[in-house]
Amino acid sequence: MLPRFWRKIKYRYNLIGSKCKNCETLYYPPRNICPKCRRRGEMEELELWDEGRVISYTIVHETSDDFKLNVPYIIALIKLENGVIITSQVVCNPSEIKIGMKVKPVFRKYGEDGEDGVIYYGTKFVPAD
Amino acid sequence: MIGIVSYGTYIPKYRIKVEEIAKIWGEDAESIKRGLNVYEKSVPDIDEDTATISVEAAREALKRCDICKDDIGAVFVGSESHPYAVKPTATIVGDALNLNGFFYAADLEFACKAGTAGIQNCIALVKSGMIRYGLAIGSDTSQGAPGDPLEYSASAGGSAFIIGENNVIAEVKDTLSFTTDTPDFWRREGQRYPSHGGRFTGEPAYFRHVLTAAKTIMQRNCLKADDFTYAVFHMPNGKFPVRVANQLGFKKEQIELGLVVRYIGNTYSASSLIGFSAVLDYAKPEDRILLTSFGSGAGSDAFIFEVTDEIHSIERNPKVWDKIKNCVYIDYGIYAKFRGKIKMR
Ligand SMILES: [Zn+2]
Repeated sequence: MLPRFWRKIKYRYNLIGSKCKNCETLYYPPRNICPKCRRRGEMEELELWDEGRVISYTIVHETSDDFKLNVPYIIALIKLENGVIITSQVVCNPSEIKIGMKVKPVFRKYGEDGEDGVIYYGTKFVPAD
Repeated sequence: MIGIVSYGTYIPKYRIKVEEIAKIWGEDAESIKRGLNVYEKSVPDIDEDTATISVEAAREALKRCDICKDDIGAVFVGSESHPYAVKPTATIVGDALNLNGFFYAADLEFACKAGTAGIQNCIALVKSGMIRYGLAIGSDTSQGAPGDPLEYSASAGGSAFIIGENNVIAEVKDTLSFTTDTPDFWRREGQRYPSHGGRFTGEPAYFRHVLTAAKTIMQRNCLKADDFTYAVFHMPNGKFPVRVANQLGFKKEQIELGLVVRYIGNTYSASSLIGFSAVLDYAKPEDRILLTSFGSGAGSDAFIFEVTDEIHSIERNPKVWDKIKNCVYIDYGIYAKFRGKIKMR
């Protein structure tokens, strides 16, 4: 888990997508080549700090022992204002989650490898005020 | 001109009231509230810690100003609750801000004044020309042992400052530190909760250091209490800062805006800095502000700031007091779960 997590740290800590300078299409997760423009395309990395809306969600009640204190938690499909769709945990009371709810990205703990292990961090979403 | 270019704060949205904690330990909530002048405190969520709070505060500071992230040459995180004993929080903050890796970085520790120590370091690095901008953060998720009086006030929050030479919103006119070896509060390596010297925490620790630092910086700049629009002192509770302000000749109107402790508790390294941010939220050009932190062990950092016309050029919403009011109350059971007081095995 550790090496795989570490290689992607920048992308877990930040919402980074890529944009094709040629056709302006936004990709998330980021791509190296624009499938529309191929060689004519030129990709640039872009931070996506937009708010978004919940388009679908599920409430998780059962989980491994490591996450026992975290249940119930919500996993949602979120559509950002720029159109990008992301799967992420939404941190809020399960009775408050609604389709269409406005959410914003935040930096939170994902979990840890026990009391003496590495702590994993990344992006989650919370209700936008 | 060197000073603050931007600032950001983060206060977790959960609160627990003194009544709720007192109920568990069979104590009288009213006398505790009178004694501490603290009514409720902030509580971090189960997935929040000093690193996540630091990142949120720093992201707000960055969002509010228009600087190139590649120009941030230093990141200092001051805390007494760093998530790792060995592995700097500053490394996590740097990557979570998507900085380019070329920055001086260190975690600072000096009880509740490690955040202001970071600001002093940034001022020095900017002044020497070694960096263009520096990021200094004070952030904590402090805990008192269950049943310890500290449990009523130890809370969580963070405050971040970008220090630089251009577009300064508050100029640093002067800063100094006063430091002695005073064992008022400590935590030995590997211990979960801190220990403190009870009554010893008042006179020889807090009051001696805060008064000496504040008096000296005022004297050497030929300034009296009347010459300041606002004064902010470290807030271990709601009583100490009010008493220290009285002794220095400050009036209620000068300290009220920064007295955030009654509603969020003692956020340790962020305490005086969140109070200072609450003042910056409403400050006007030419306002003069005295900021004095305190860290057990012990020492005080004092600063004199003068607000510039640039204060109108940055976004100052949402304000600290908005964040204080925007909260959700929890009971002791949820609090115990969030704060890791429940051991699974
Ligand atoms: Zn393209």
